[in-house]
Amino acid sequence: MSVSETYVRYRQTLSEEPLAIGVLLVALWMAWSLVSGLLTGGIQISSLASLVWDGLLRGLIIGLAGIGLSMTYSILNFANFAHGDYLTSGAFAGMATSYLIAGIGENSVGALLLVGAGGSVFGGALGIGVTTAPVAVVVGALVAGVATIALALLIDRFVYRPIRDESGIALLITSIGVAFALRYLLQFVFGAGVRGTTAAGSVPRVSVPAIDGTFRVTAHDVSLIVVAGGLMLGVHLLLQRTKLGKAMRAMSDNEDLARITGIPTERVIRTTWIVGAGLTGVAGYMFILWKGTLGFNDGWLLLLLVFAAVILGGIGSIYGAIGGGIIIGLTASVSVIWIPSAFGRAAAFLVMIVILLFKPEGIFSGRTTA
Amino acid sequence: MSVSDLRGRFEGLFERDVTLVLAVLGVLYLAYILAGVAFGYGLRGQLNAIANLTFYVGVFGMLALALNLHWGYTGLFNIGIVGFMGIGIYTTAVVSKPAAAGGAAQVGGLGLPLFVGITAGVVVAGLFGLLVALPALRLRADYLAIVTVAFSEIIRFTMMSRTFQTFTVPDTIDLWLFSFDPAPDTIGLGGGGGLILNYTNPLEALLRILFLWDPYLGFVSFVEENVISNNPKPVLDGLLYGVFLLIGVGLYYALLSRTGKSPFGRVLKAIREDEDVANALGKDTDRFKLTAFVLGAALMGLGGILWYSARGSVTPPSFRPNITFFIWIALIIGGAGSNTGSFLGGALFAGVLYQGPRYVKNLVQTAFELGSAPRNFGEAMAGFASLDPMPFILYTLDSVSQLRLVIMGVVLIWLMHNRPEGLLGHRKETASSVDLARPRSGGSSGKATAADGGDER
Repeated sequence: MSVSETYVRYRQTLSEEPLAIGVLLVALWMAWSLVSGLLTGGIQISSLASLVWDGLLRGLIIGLAGIGLSMTYSILNFANFAHGDYLTSGAFAGMATSYLIAGIGENSVGALLLVGAGGSVFGGALGIGVTTAPVAVVVGALVAGVATIALALLIDRFVYRPIRDESGIALLITSIGVAFALRYLLQFVFGAGVRGTTAAGSVPRVSVPAIDGTFRVTAHDVSLIVVAGGLMLGVHLLLQRTKLGKAMRAMSDNEDLARITGIPTERVIRTTWIVGAGLTGVAGYMFILWKGTLGFNDGWLLLLLVFAAVILGGIGSIYGAIGGGIIIGLTASVSVIWIPSAFGRAAAFLVMIVILLFKPEGIFSGRTTA
Repeated sequence: MSVSDLRGRFEGLFERDVTLVLAVLGVLYLAYILAGVAFGYGLRGQLNAIANLTFYVGVFGMLALALNLHWGYTGLFNIGIVGFMGIGIYTTAVVSKPAAAGGAAQVGGLGLPLFVGITAGVVVAGLFGLLVALPALRLRADYLAIVTVAFSEIIRFTMMSRTFQTFTVPDTIDLWLFSFDPAPDTIGLGGGGGLILNYTNPLEALLRILFLWDPYLGFVSFVEENVISNNPKPVLDGLLYGVFLLIGVGLYYALLSRTGKSPFGRVLKAIREDEDVANALGKDTDRFKLTAFVLGAALMGLGGILWYSARGSVTPPSFRPNITFFIWIALIIGGAGSNTGSFLGGALFAGVLYQGPRYVKNLVQTAFELGSAPRNFGEAMAGFASLDPMPFILYTLDSVSQLRLVIMGVVLIWLMHNRPEGLLGHRKETASSVDLARPRSGGSSGKATAADGGDER
């Protein structure tokens, strides 16, 4: 390619894609300020490492919750705005179980089941934590998954199934109604306060040395990685090794064709809800265990980030959801190097908007539900 | 004959719409008044409730009408309404707040007259509409939804952030040849604490322009002497503001109806039905969508200004996405695509779903001497152990502001199941300028009968 040809091509890009150039310039500026910050010592490597670690864990939660959203988005063809409240419901169900197991005998059952609404019981006093009350945590996580599955199936039966053939927008609007009803029922029952749920002081932690300092890794970080990694691997195997994955791919491509080929579409939808809601419930529980506080708004506040992750990765792709989740989590955490911390989530949304503009099919495009 | 017939039919339609709107409002107000009388509200409380109701009918009606331009006419799925509302009122606040002299706790504003501030708010909301629409209108409906809601959250984060909380304005600004001394010392968005709206009360500003301020004050003192003795001004202010809001709704309605019937509006409706067809017919659909989006965003900004400008202050938590969804529910109740339906939806939503439960709670609390409610659900349920439902009822009553959101959710689900087109959605205006409905007489049209020999019934 001659020099003039290259030059002409650059001229073309410059005039046709002003936005792309802008994004590129911003990226270059960010890289430059990061490198110069690290070299001059303005940014410590250990604090960068701790931001990356935090973003990675956040991203795993977003990714785990995103798998469910992505699956229902591609199979039922609508953006489920109630997904965040499924997450909160799972977290409350799981935490209530953990409280019950850890605190039965010394506290009133009602207070335990309400996850200490109104300050009647405190998670810290019960010693909730993966090392201090392992049974309570494991059973809690399982119950979170099962309860969310039950809730999702119930809602699907009475809310979504009667209008299965409506447009995606009608279903989206309906899901907003579900989200409202669920979120404020949770507030009605469990109260509006944000409660601490774990014995934050007694969670074992190690300081991992980075070059110019250390960053902290707690037992809850590790358990989050183990659970998220295990579940993601499980879903991968489920969709790759069984006929279910193939049926789901077929359905997300063309539902009528899938039905003609003899795929029991209703059963596939049910299985989709079971897998998706199970993952969402466990994600909600692990999220709460990891961050140590629980409020009725938590899932809703996470939902937009989950949407960002799913769109980033490409709707219908579980690897996309995981990858998108990690990118979004890292963006939200690490962006505080360049911008004020109040805009961490705003930066994640901006990344999503930029991806939607340049590659609306997502960065892992072309693969659905596998 | 046929022209006057047509006109007669139009007038009939207009009359029907007017009677429909008046009937719904009448029922709403009557229900509030009767309930107030039944539970023994005083005149002041009664008027206060009416003023509140009128206020919410007004703002929800306006915002539902503005949303109808986006969704009902053009088919743009905008769920970032609250962002435009916030931009509107924050711009008005920054422009119109008096300049804070040095050392004041609150950030100052530019100190310009209120009508300049309102104009600026509307314009800036429209500009942000342009900013969002330019890239986002290429997207699918559900992606547009997510982008707009993300945008409204970014706006809220910006209001809350400490970065924009306050800036210090230098005493003198030197611009090459001349230098000037700006009045404000500080300016900003106020951060998490929000902004105190310490400009002239908008009602007072408006009445002063109309030279009605002194007569109004005279009327207030007349009422104070003869009807309500304990400080009637806030109540009367509220009522009058409500009346102005209703006039505002009428202006919105007129503007949007005209827009909808204009050639511009017909293109919008064509885009809603099938964008490709509109494109194939030589319409630059992107431009039309852009204009509609900007106009709607500006109207939403004005709605936000009218909602919050008469309050003492604005804080970022007021601009959570919930309000966006309230307006959507209002529009869906009324029926997207019909302006009358949008207003009716706004009025019904405000009266029944938004204010209704709270009003019932207030009524019950004034009428009966109730003990204090249990602090949490556990204590509420504990009553059932001794077969006493009272704690539960008290707790339910106490949490009515949350429960009404549950009711809204259920109503929304019910509507989507049973009447997705809303109350008046069947009147959705078509993109055509002529009536597409089949003549009532079935197969043979009026002209055919005339050809038969004019044998008219």
